[in-house]
Amino acid sequence: MDSSGNNKILEVNNLKTYFYTDGGIVKAVDGVSFDLKVMETLGIVGETGSGKSVTALSILRLIPQPPGKIVEGEIIFDGKNILDMDKKELQDFRGNKISMIFQDPMTSLNPVFTIGNQLMEAILAHKKITKKECREESYRLLELVGIPDIKRRFESYPHEFSGGMRQRVMIAMAIANSPSILIADEPTTALDVTIQAQILELMDELKEKTKSSIIIITHDLGVVAKYADRVMVMYAGRPVEFSQVDNIFYNPLHPYTIGLMKSIARLDHGKNEKLKPIEGTPPSLIDLPEGCVFRVRCEYAEDECKSQYPPLSEIEPGHFVSCFRAKEFLSGSLVRNK
Amino acid sequence: MHGWIQESGLKKKKLMFEKEKESIGITGEIAEDSYLEKKYSRSSLYKDALKRLRRNKLAMLGLAIVIALILIALFAPLLAPYDPIARIKADSSLAPSSVHLFGTDLLGRDIFSRVIYGSRISIEVGIIAVGISVIIGLFLGALSGYFGNIPDTVIMRIADIFFAFPYILGAIAIMTVLGPGVINIFIAIGILGWASFARIFRSSILTIKNKEYIEAARALGASNYRIITKHIFPNAFAPIIVYATMNIGTAIIVEAALSFLGLGVQPPTAAWGKMLAESLDYIDIAPWMMVFPGLAIVITVLGFVLLGDGLRDAFDPKLR
Amino acid sequence: MNDNKLLEVKNLKKYFNLRSGFLSQRFSGSVKAIDGISFFINKGETFGLVGESGCGKSTTARVILRLTNPTEGEVIYNNINIFKISSREMFKVRREIQIIFQDPYASLSPRMTVGDIIGEPYEIHSIGNRQERTKKVKNLLKVVGLNPEHINRYPHEFSGGQRQRIGIARALALTPKIILCDEPVSALDVSVQAQILNLMSSLQKEFDLTYLFIAHDLSVVKHVSDRVGVMYLGKIVEIAKSEDLYEKPLHPYTMGLLSAVPIPDPQLERQRKRIILQGDVPSPLNPPSGCRFHPRCPNAQEICSIEEPQLKNYSEDAGEHLAACFFAGKPI
Repeated sequence: MDSSGNNKILEVNNLKTYFYTDGGIVKAVDGVSFDLKVMETLGIVGETGSGKSVTALSILRLIPQPPGKIVEGEIIFDGKNILDMDKKELQDFRGNKISMIFQDPMTSLNPVFTIGNQLMEAILAHKKITKKECREESYRLLELVGIPDIKRRFESYPHEFSGGMRQRVMIAMAIANSPSILIADEPTTALDVTIQAQILELMDELKEKTKSSIIIITHDLGVVAKYADRVMVMYAGRPVEFSQVDNIFYNPLHPYTIGLMKSIARLDHGKNEKLKPIEGTPPSLIDLPEGCVFRVRCEYAEDECKSQYPPLSEIEPGHFVSCFRAKEFLSGSLVRNK
Repeated sequence: MHGWIQESGLKKKKLMFEKEKESIGITGEIAEDSYLEKKYSRSSLYKDALKRLRRNKLAMLGLAIVIALILIALFAPLLAPYDPIARIKADSSLAPSSVHLFGTDLLGRDIFSRVIYGSRISIEVGIIAVGISVIIGLFLGALSGYFGNIPDTVIMRIADIFFAFPYILGAIAIMTVLGPGVINIFIAIGILGWASFARIFRSSILTIKNKEYIEAARALGASNYRIITKHIFPNAFAPIIVYATMNIGTAIIVEAALSFLGLGVQPPTAAWGKMLAESLDYIDIAPWMMVFPGLAIVITVLGFVLLGDGLRDAFDPKLR
Repeated sequence: MNDNKLLEVKNLKKYFNLRSGFLSQRFSGSVKAIDGISFFINKGETFGLVGESGCGKSTTARVILRLTNPTEGEVIYNNINIFKISSREMFKVRREIQIIFQDPYASLSPRMTVGDIIGEPYEIHSIGNRQERTKKVKNLLKVVGLNPEHINRYPHEFSGGQRQRIGIARALALTPKIILCDEPVSALDVSVQAQILNLMSSLQKEFDLTYLFIAHDLSVVKHVSDRVGVMYLGKIVEIAKSEDLYEKPLHPYTMGLLSAVPIPDPQLERQRKRIILQGDVPSPLNPPSGCRFHPRCPNAQEICSIEEPQLKNYSEDAGEHLAACFFAGKPI
C-alpha cells in the first residue's frame, strides 16, 4: 500500500475538469491539488457548485464525457496516474482500490435484484471465488455494517429496506474488496439526524478495522469537525484553504472559511448570537470574475485581488491558503471582522 | 465490473451533473446583479425549446414541410395553373408533361391543381378536428385530473372505451350516422381523438397538482378555476402541443381514408383520399393519378410527425 | 399569558387512508401522519417544530392551512375554529395565515414572472389596481432584499436563496399575522441559510410576525425559536422553552436527537460523548404499541410497550416543560 516510502496514498495535482455546454465552458474544477494519507479522513467542504462532487468523480474517472472533460492535472494513486489508465486498468481499479458511496441510497441500488444478489455481484467483480465462499463473504460484510437478521435480509429487495439500511448495504458493497480509499459523497445528507449519526459512526469504525482512508464530501461543518483529520475548503471550483481540522476551525486564514464559520447556526450557541452571512451568491462558473473568485463577496479584498488569482500556498507548516492577505491574518496585523 | 454499481454510478453522476449544472448556473442563475447581469438573457422554457428545435435538422425539415403546406393551402388559387374541378375533355388521362405537371385524370382535370387544392381539406381537417379533440380533451382531462374521485373514474373509463375502439372503424360508424361531408369529418375525428389528450393532460395535472406552488396558491385562497387556468395550464401545455402536432398527421390519414371510402369529402371537391379512390381502377393505365396524391399524403404526414418528434425532444431533452 | 395565544392546535389528527383494489377500493389501513397533537403559539413568538422525516411536522402546517382536511381536532386562530367556518370566511382568514415552503425551486410557478407571483395575492383578494399592485410588489422586492427592477424576470433566473426571498415576499404580500415556515432554509447552502434566517428575523420585528418554524435541523431551530416542540411518529413528545429544551431535555428521544448533531468544533467533538440511537424510525402505518419510541429507547421498561405516556408538565418553575415519558429526565 505504502510504496514510495512516504505515507501518501493519493495525490491530486492541478486537476481541472471542465464541462462544455451550450452556455459556455463551465469550469467545475479549476486547479485542485491535495493529497491523502494512509488511514486519514479528509473532509472536502463547499457549497453546491463548489466542485467538490466533480473532484470526487474525477478521481474515479466517472465524469460524463461529453460534456465533461478532465483537461489537465494528474491523479497519482500508488505511483500510477489514474488519468493514464486504459479501460481495463480502470475497471480493475474502480471499486477495488477506490470505491465510492453516493448521497442517495434510494437510487443507488437496483430495485429488481435482491440485496444479496447485488452484494455478491460487487464481490465477484474483483475476486475469483466460488458462489458459496462469496455468500459467506456477503454475510460477513452485512454483519460488519450492522444489518440485523442477515440471512433473511440477504434475500430482501431494496424497497424492503429503510434509507439508513440501504446506505449500510451501499457501504458493504463499497468495502467488499477492501479498497484503500473510500470516497463518500454527502453520504448522510438524505438521511435523518439519528440515522446520519449511525452511518458516520459506522464509517469511522470501518476505517479503523480496514486500515483504509476516507474522503468525505459534505457541506456540514459539524460532520467535518467530528470526523475529519484534514479539511479542504472549496469555493467556485478551487481549493481556498487546506489544513488540519483544528486550523480550519480555530485559525481560518481564508476570508471564505472565516465567513462560513460565522454564518452557521450552531447547537452550542444561543438564540441571541447573530449569524453573519456571507453576502451575495457564488459566481457562475461560466463567467468567473478576474482575479480571486471570492473577491466580489470578500470584505477584505484589495486591488491586488482583482488582477490575479492568489495561488494556494503554504502560509504556515501544513496550512495552505489561497489568499493574498492570509499572512496578515496569521500575524494578527489584519483582524477578522466581528 | 459490478454492473449495477457502475451503472447506478453513471446514472447518479448524470443526476449529479444535472444538479450541479443547475446550481452552477448553466440554466442561468443570476448572482448579485452587478457583474453577471450581462450574461443572462431572458430565456424561458419556450425559448430554450425553440433553440433546441432549431438545431434538430429533421424537425426543421418537418417544420419546412408544414409551413410549405400551409402556404400552399392558403395560396392555392394563385399556385394552381388550372381550375381543380374544370374538366378539359380533350386532355383526359394525360401523362405528366410540361403542360400538366402531374398529368390529368379521367375527366381531364389537372392533377397538379387538384393536389394543391386538396391540401386545403387536409390542413383544415388536421387543424380543426385536432382542435376539437384538444378542447374536449383538455376540459375532461382537467376535470379528471384536478378533482379525481368519481369524475376521474367516470371520465377515464369512457376514455378507455374510446381507446378500445379502432379509430377508423369508429370514424366510419360516426360518418355513417352523420352522413358524408367535411363538417362531419371534423366532428367525427374530433370526437374520436379526445381521449388521448384527456389522458395526457390528466397525468400532467397529477404531477403538477402536488407541486408546492399550487399549494402556495391555495394557501392564498385562489379558486379552483384560477389554479387550473393560471397555474396548471401553462405548465401542462407542452406535452399537449407535442401530441397535437403528431395527431394532425393521424387526422389527415383518417380523413383520407374516409374520403377514400366515399364517406368524407364529396365530389367534385379535390381531396387526396378521394383522388386515390378515383385512381384505383386505372393503376395500370394512369399510375400518376395515384402516385401524386399518395405522395402528398405521405409527405404531409411525415412533416407533422417529424415536427412533433422534434418538439417532444425540444421540450424534454432528458428523454433522448 | 393565555390570552396571548394567536394559534392553538387541539388534539389534531390526520390519517391518510390507504385503499387497495381495483373497483371496490377497500380500506386497507391508515397512515397516522398526525395522531393527536396539541400546542399553541403566542403572538409574536417563533414556535419551532422539529422531528425527523415522516414525523408529521409538514402535514401539521398543511392541515392548519386547510390544504388538507383533518381527521379530528381543532385549530383555533384568533378565537375562531378554522375547521368550523365556511369557505368564504376561511378566504378572509387566509390573508392572515401564510406559508413559506422548503423547496425554492418547486414553490414558484416556472411560467410566471416574479411580478405575477408576488402580485397574485393582491389579484386573488382584489386589492388595488394594476399600478398600485406593481408598486406594492416592487416595494416587497425591496423589503426582502431583491432588486425591484427584476420584477419581470422568471424564477429560474434567480439563485436558490433569491427564490426563497421571492417566496417570502409572496407570503408577506397580504400582511399576514402568522407565517408557517416549512423547512424554509434546509434546501439552501449554509452561507445563504444565514441570509434568509437573518431576513426572517428582521421581518418578524418589522411586521410583528408570528412564526411556526418547522425544520429537522436542530441548530437552526435553536437559533430562531422561543419555544420548541419535538415530534416523533405523529406525536409531540416534548414541548418547552427553547433554552430549557436544549439545556435540559427530558424525553430520551430529544436527548438522542441533540446528541446526534455534530457540533462544528473539533475539540469539543473529541471530548463529547455521543449517544447514538439505534434502529430506524418505524412506519407510521403500523406504529409500535404504548410509547412509540420504546423500541429505540435505551430507557424502555415493560410499561412503555403497554401504556402510552401522556404529556406532563415537569417544569421546576412556573413555566411549562411538557414531556411524554414515564421516565422523563432520566439520562440515557
